Amino acid sequence: MRIYATYNIKGGVGKTTTAVNLAFLAAESGLRTVLWDLDPQGAASFMFRVKPKVKGGGKALIRGKRPLDDAIKGTDFDNLDLIPADFTYRNMDLLLEAASSGGGSGGGDVPGGKPARKLAKLLAPLADEYDAVFLDCPPSVSLVSENVLQAADVILVPLIPTTLSVRTLEQLAAFVGEFNGHRPELLAFFSMVDRRKKLHREITEKLSVERTEVARTVIPALSVIETMSVERAPVAVFAPNTAATRAYRGLWTELRAFGEERSTS
Amino acid sequence: MTPAQAGFIAGGHDERGWDETVAGALEALGTAFDVVPDRGGRPAAGRRTWLDTFDWRLHRAGLTLEYAGRPRGGELLLSGSVAQSASGIAGVGGNAANAANAANAANSASAPSAASVRNPANPPTPANPADPAVISQPLIGWQAARPHLMCELPDGPVASRIGDLVAPRALLPVVTVSNATTTHRLLNEDGKTVARLLIDRASIPGPHPAPLAPRLAITEVRGYAGDARAAARLLGAAPGVEPAATSTYTEALRAAGRRPGDYSNKVDTDISAGRPASQAAATILLRLLDTIEANIPGVLADTDTEFLHDLRVSVRRSRSALKLFGDALTGRDGLTEDEAGRFAADLKWVGDLTTPTRDLDVHLLDFDDTARSLSAAKPDDLEPFRVYLEQRRRREFRTLTRGLKSARFTGLTRDWRDRLTTIRDGNPGTRAAPARSGRTQQAAGETTGTLAMERTHGAFAKTVRRGAAITPESPAETLHDLRKRAKELRYALEFFAPLHDRAAQAKVVGELKRLQDCLGEFQDTEVQVGEIRALATAMLAAGEAPAVTLLAMGEVTAGLALRQRAAREDFGRRFAAFAGIDGQRRISALLRGKPGR
Repeated sequence: MRIYATYNIKGGVGKTTTAVNLAFLAAESGLRTVLWDLDPQGAASFMFRVKPKVKGGGKALIRGKRPLDDAIKGTDFDNLDLIPADFTYRNMDLLLEAASSGGGSGGGDVPGGKPARKLAKLLAPLADEYDAVFLDCPPSVSLVSENVLQAADVILVPLIPTTLSVRTLEQLAAFVGEFNGHRPELLAFFSMVDRRKKLHREITEKLSVERTEVARTVIPALSVIETMSVERAPVAVFAPNTAATRAYRGLWTELRAFGEERSTS
Repeated sequence: MTPAQAGFIAGGHDERGWDETVAGALEALGTAFDVVPDRGGRPAAGRRTWLDTFDWRLHRAGLTLEYAGRPRGGELLLSGSVAQSASGIAGVGGNAANAANAANAANSASAPSAASVRNPANPPTPANPADPAVISQPLIGWQAARPHLMCELPDGPVASRIGDLVAPRALLPVVTVSNATTTHRLLNEDGKTVARLLIDRASIPGPHPAPLAPRLAITEVRGYAGDARAAARLLGAAPGVEPAATSTYTEALRAAGRRPGDYSNKVDTDISAGRPASQAAATILLRLLDTIEANIPGVLADTDTEFLHDLRVSVRRSRSALKLFGDALTGRDGLTEDEAGRFAADLKWVGDLTTPTRDLDVHLLDFDDTARSLSAAKPDDLEPFRVYLEQRRRREFRTLTRGLKSARFTGLTRDWRDRLTTIRDGNPGTRAAPARSGRTQQAAGETTGTLAMERTHGAFAKTVRRGAAITPESPAETLHDLRKRAKELRYALEFFAPLHDRAAQAKVVGELKRLQDCLGEFQDTEVQVGEIRALATAMLAAGEAPAVTLLAMGEVTAGLALRQRAAREDFGRRFAAFAGIDGQRRISALLRGKPGR
């Protein structure tokens, strides 16, 4: 089982659309796939037409009173399941902290300490059932995001092509570099790229060449991607022969190759 | 990942009636869901072939094996026993495992947690590979239309589960259906697929395809068990829709005119004690002739070794039956002495015709075990011996097939059937002609009960007498002769089994079987040693015997000799257990119709 997480401290950079589209493409390629919508806003759940509701809420899941398995919903697509969002996820930091307190070594202040590994532990039983897990992370720097970074094998970082985006990536790399033991791979990619803007062109071309952790594929800013929330489906389903679908397919191909390359090196 | 299924069948007498039922079902579901055809309503086509051995070994073990053909490759699906679901809800194909799952999914508040429709585009199969009660094994290049020996089936979960059960028999296609499955998605108010309706239309392919009643199934989407249950309730209440009480396999067998278990090498007849002995004798021999003839195509096609084995056993049983009660076939409309002599001689000829091939089959069937059991020699040392055996078998098999296609053989089976049918259906004779053995008993005028008692007792007494005369110094031939007598007794017990108390019969047969096993081991090992020596000589003469092979063959014969000695040492104990006072009581109780100890 390989765990991918879409993460960025900023909101509105294309995390959810990326998670939804890549999870769909992973499933389409034959991988048994599950997407966990960790964002209390429930955008990914909405796009799969699944109600953002988990029985017992996030508390029951995080405390282990209800197995993660129980919360899984089948999507309309082969090989693709979803763990829906729930509004109680807004308190997930507290839940993670509470679930991990009461014994053991490693405190919440240590990067990669015990509370930060709770999500990874919850996901472990799914290993027999799934080949790929996608975590759609809320925009924040929190215990939730630290958990996601701890659980993931690959962090997908959507970047808007601005000069600040480089700084974001470096900060994230430095943070992950502090982890003891497990350290996820980082794969950044440019999202919402507008080729008409000179700055976008320059930054994407420069960084794609200079930085190995930046994907060559860029996701353009296209209205068809925005209509995902109207169609409530991955873009490959309702607009299969478009530049948007081709871009996501390219990104998925690169992501798979990236994973294989890293796992063999 | 299991798509739990609630299965139904469309009522109606013809395709028009079925179409009306399906339309009504869609309308019923439309009251609660948006019903949207998948793939624009285009059906997914498939082909399903069920497999079993000629003697229905899988069926008898409560197993169902299906080959589901797919555009690229296919897979074998092995499921549990076919049983009727008490709730009337079954898998779309209706096997027991799915029936249980479907019942759980449709009736329980907590549907199986691992229930998710993974492959809605594929035709529904009764044995869904994601069902934990189903074992699946992908196959590439498998031709389901022809028989396959187990050694042709690649290693895998299905092969390892059925290997010992099936071998040395071949897997044969029992029945095939072509099917076309249409999927409809059932959507909730958010436009989310919460269940699926699968409509499976199958038919037996051929110049005049025989359509089967359409099957309708609700499959659950993971996390939406309640919606699937609601859909199943609506579907079940739709006019003309009935719970699927039988599997597609059962329906297909019925449509193809097959009955599970329609072949057995058992002598299962409906003889009764009060019927004339001549009719019972003819009935038993006709049943044996049925078995002989049923195996001919499999022998000629060399499908597996057991066709020849069953044929030989039936010939041997027929010869023993003639010895035991051939005189009962004489009398008015019965066999003349000349006829009886001709049939007996012809049956012996068939037996002799089949012996060389069967002997080589036995060597080849045991070959791998024998090679593995070598201690001094290496298994590979024996390979030239295997090659030689296979060559010899090919030659002997040609002789065998020529014989079975000969006018003598076809004349034998035709005339034998004619005469036996006349005797069975004719008036029983009251005046017996002298039998070939010289017996002048009025056997043809006896009742079956009297005949059974006399002849079974006679066979028992003869076996006891011959066995009691055997001492540690007796030559091997005396044990071989005793083996024949014991076989005759065993056959007599089998022929007249319908007249006996089953428990009493089992007690007699139990001890007799142990004695036969001992005698069989003694003689078979001796025969095999003799054959291996003869084969070694022939191989040497043909220049096909490397020294290491001869040494390995020597080790094999040494092993056989040890087994023979052990069997001889065991004989006294086995015979005493069979023929002692308890054995006498058991046979008396059986023949008097009272349970013995």
